[in-house]
Amino acid sequence: MTTRASFKTAALILLTSAALAGCTKKPPADLPPEPGPAVATDDGGNGSLGRPIPGSQADFVAQMMGADTIYFDLDRYNIDSQDAAALAQQAQWLSRYPNKRATIEGHCDERGTRDYNLALGERRANAAKNYLVSQGIDPSRLNTVSYGKERPVALGSNEEAWAKNRRAVTVTID
Amino acid sequence: MKNRRLLVLLAFVAAPALAQSAPPVIRPAPPVVAGDDGGLSGSVSDDNAWQDLGIAIPAFATDRDVPTSASAGSTDALGRALAQVITSDLKNNGLFKPVGPDALPRPAYPQVPAPEFGIWSGRGAEMLVQGSVRAVDGGNLAVGCYLYDVALKQLLRRAEWTVTPADWRRAAHKCADAVYSRLSGESPFFDSRIAYIAETGPKNRRMKRLAIMDSDGANHRFVTTGQATALTPRYSPDYKSIVYLSYLNGNPRIYIYDLDRNSQHLVTQSTNPTFAPRWSPDGKWILYSMAIGGNTNIYRVSAQGGPSTQLTNTPGISIGGSYSPDGRRIVFESDRSGSQQVYVMNADGSDQRRISFFGGRAATPEWSPRGDQIAFTHIGGNFRIAVMDPNGGNMRTLTNSWQDEAPTWSPNGRIIQFFRTERGSGKTAIWQVDLTGRNERRLPTPVDGSDPAWGPVRP
Repeated sequence: MTTRASFKTAALILLTSAALAGCTKKPPADLPPEPGPAVATDDGGNGSLGRPIPGSQADFVAQMMGADTIYFDLDRYNIDSQDAAALAQQAQWLSRYPNKRATIEGHCDERGTRDYNLALGERRANAAKNYLVSQGIDPSRLNTVSYGKERPVALGSNEEAWAKNRRAVTVTID
Repeated sequence: MKNRRLLVLLAFVAAPALAQSAPPVIRPAPPVVAGDDGGLSGSVSDDNAWQDLGIAIPAFATDRDVPTSASAGSTDALGRALAQVITSDLKNNGLFKPVGPDALPRPAYPQVPAPEFGIWSGRGAEMLVQGSVRAVDGGNLAVGCYLYDVALKQLLRRAEWTVTPADWRRAAHKCADAVYSRLSGESPFFDSRIAYIAETGPKNRRMKRLAIMDSDGANHRFVTTGQATALTPRYSPDYKSIVYLSYLNGNPRIYIYDLDRNSQHLVTQSTNPTFAPRWSPDGKWILYSMAIGGNTNIYRVSAQGGPSTQLTNTPGISIGGSYSPDGRRIVFESDRSGSQQVYVMNADGSDQRRISFFGGRAATPEWSPRGDQIAFTHIGGNFRIAVMDPNGGNMRTLTNSWQDEAPTWSPNGRIIQFFRTERGSGKTAIWQVDLTGRNERRLPTPVDGSDPAWGPVRP
């Protein structure tokens, strides 16, 4: 029943975002992480039963269910409520495993100049880092790296792909 | 008999110079310009007039055919190759329509300093480039270059260079430069090199390598292996090193790559990410941008190392930077007003003023080596290459494609290179356009290319 309810909510969100097309910032449709090589999983973190070892990057990805990544509006780096919820989830996990360090990767869509996108990716990664720190995570555990527009996950040249590429991804270090 | 052959050839040549893309032939002299001084009377600033100028460039003559260690072969083969390189140079910059050695009779060695003008005027050639190539002591090559006005039967310029066999193309570029600057009144630029990023692989796993080549794409060399992503190179003014961004060790940092030693070192020891490196015109300083806590500002450091001086200090992203040719001012990009715009400041960071006020965003400014223009990427929907005066006036866009970015100037400030990204595939290529916007062409590179950086005329 809970599942059904959340399905309804999801459908509602989808409808709403469709209605607001243009000003919505979230990548449409498939918010859960994309299958494929884009998500940094580590097979080494898999336990004997195929379940990730608690505290591994594989565990982090599995627990986050997509919340390891937050998305940004065009040319923006602010953390909105949806991002905040995702980062709070990340902070919870990081608090549970206080010896784990993480790198936050900042990315941009292809519709920006190269230098500027490098700086903007860094700004996005920093915004995510600052939020995690505000949630009690020690800043010395968190690194940032910007890839600018160099590492897209969605390969199209359209609004949908660009929305998926404007992101900050938290990757824990095994 | 020889004359007869020539006549037959002439008949073919005189036959219609059809479409623009037809094989190069010398056009018959326009009847209106039949006057004796018709050759050089055009205004230099009127590019159209120059396109009609017929320049004949027959194979260079040699006193005797001897083997050389040059890639083009013996002196005889070199003579033809030299004329071909000069023809391509002059043709590709769009101002001239030269006819090269494949379509022309080759003058004998004694004719080089004393041309048979009748042959060339009969072909409708207004200008004639002849030359010679000889093997000289020490295995070097002496290359002579003569520019004649055919109607006036007059020598306009003569020069000779001695080069090593490996540098034979430089002699051709210098001859093309001599012809170009004598006829256009502009400074030379062909004898120069380009650093860029060679790209291969799919869009989400692009391999990006530092690469260098001559201004015409020859003498190409991959400098880095591609294991670490390389971006935004700039040749040092003396061509001895390249400053660029590398993800070596996982984080974006600026390195100076020494081309003689094939070694590199960090520009600064900071643990913060550094981007967008640029040389000062005298090669003594490097501008770079550094992000601290998400804010990016512009710094200056000696090319020898040492402490950095912070030049901008505003919230947001200030990045890039390009010195005026006299080294006294810097044009850069900042989003302090809310979107990417172009600003100028004094070289010490004082008097920062925005100069772009024409709608859309303005990024990646580059000061022309002549000082009179600033090239930049204009973002308004699509990305276009544009120029403006150093005070922000007279903005003109030169290209119109989906995504053209990162302009770099030819050494004489008449041509701009940039890179063009294809929508969807993300494939990139290096293009160039002249200041009229009319002459646009793609540069030949072995693989995809981006981030071109054109160096000065070689020392």
